[in-house]
Amino acid sequence: MSTSSMSAPVAQPLSGPVVAAEVRTVALLLGTAVAALLVYYFIGVDQGAMSVFGKSMYIHEFFHDGRHFLGFPCH
Amino acid sequence: MEKQLIGRGVLAGAAAGLAAFVFARVFAEPVIGKAIAYESARDVVQARLDRAAGLTVPAAGPDLFSRTVQADVGAGVGLILFGAAMGALVAVAYAICLGRTGAIRPRPLALLVALFGFIGIYAVPFAKYPANPPGIGHADTIGPRGALYLVMVASSCLLLFLAVYVGQRLATRYSTWTASVLTGLAYLGAIAVVMALLPALGDLHNNVVEYGRHATETPLPLRDARGTIVFPGFPADVLAQFRFYSITAQVIVWGVIALAFAPLAERVVAPQDSAARQDRRPLVRT
Ligand SMILES: [Zn+2]
Repeated sequence: MSTSSMSAPVAQPLSGPVVAAEVRTVALLLGTAVAALLVYYFIGVDQGAMSVFGKSMYIHEFFHDGRHFLGFPCH
Repeated sequence: MEKQLIGRGVLAGAAAGLAAFVFARVFAEPVIGKAIAYESARDVVQARLDRAAGLTVPAAGPDLFSRTVQADVGAGVGLILFGAAMGALVAVAYAICLGRTGAIRPRPLALLVALFGFIGIYAVPFAKYPANPPGIGHADTIGPRGALYLVMVASSCLLLFLAVYVGQRLATRYSTWTASVLTGLAYLGAIAVVMALLPALGDLHNNVVEYGRHATETPLPLRDARGTIVFPGFPADVLAQFRFYSITAQVIVWGVIALAFAPLAERVVAPQDSAARQDRRPLVRT
């Protein structure tokens, strides 16, 4: 009911960058973002507007309903 | 720490995708079924009209997967993978934002990152190029349509990133509230310019040549040689329902990512916050 009790420790705001801009960290974050974008591409775009594995339609047809549903252009 | 964050983001995203799939399987698949039924019936009438006009009718391509596989497996795998990928992106953006976006605490920051993902990746592009069910969309414009959609997604995400960046600079001179409102308005203005510059789908060259000037690719009624309507246009209710469910599914994806990732991330980043909340609970109850 009440707001936070007086004795409870107050959550501290962050005072500076938590994840430092070091090479290994940046590489991990960048690699993860690229992998995520590749998944995005294969679910939504490949074998539609452009195609990595030639002109087959297996990926397009398999993800077909999801592709429409997620808002990607199709057909 | 960032490894833990990414793992939790992917996990929250996969759960979000699964939730969206359950919703889609129950509510959206019947609508997709109606759209495909319309498309098939229309193709039959179109073929009859083409033959009557003396045109050769192209044979339909083979079905690589049955409708059951597309609806039960393909859509499920697609939505779960999509959710996992978006969860990973949220985790990456979150790791970068931590401590670089003002004094906001870890938990509400996670909610905001997911909200911005929803706006940038789906909601704003939808405003220009809304989701369409099967049966809408001309095969010979898929190239430009796909490219335009990606331009829209990239622009809205890039401008959103710029808005946050500029907002951080402005917040040193104005209050957080004023800085947020100013950058929010600037974002709207900038994305409105992008939307005004990009063509409507009906304006694409192939569409104008083949169908004349229309705003969209939504199928119009079919007419015979005398101009009598022999087949109706795409049912408006099916289109409206499909779009509503599409938006709902994305709200589920980003909403579940936000709600699941926020506490998971807080436990990694600020265990003392999380512990404080645990300690408080019995105090409130008694
Ligand atoms: Zn399609």
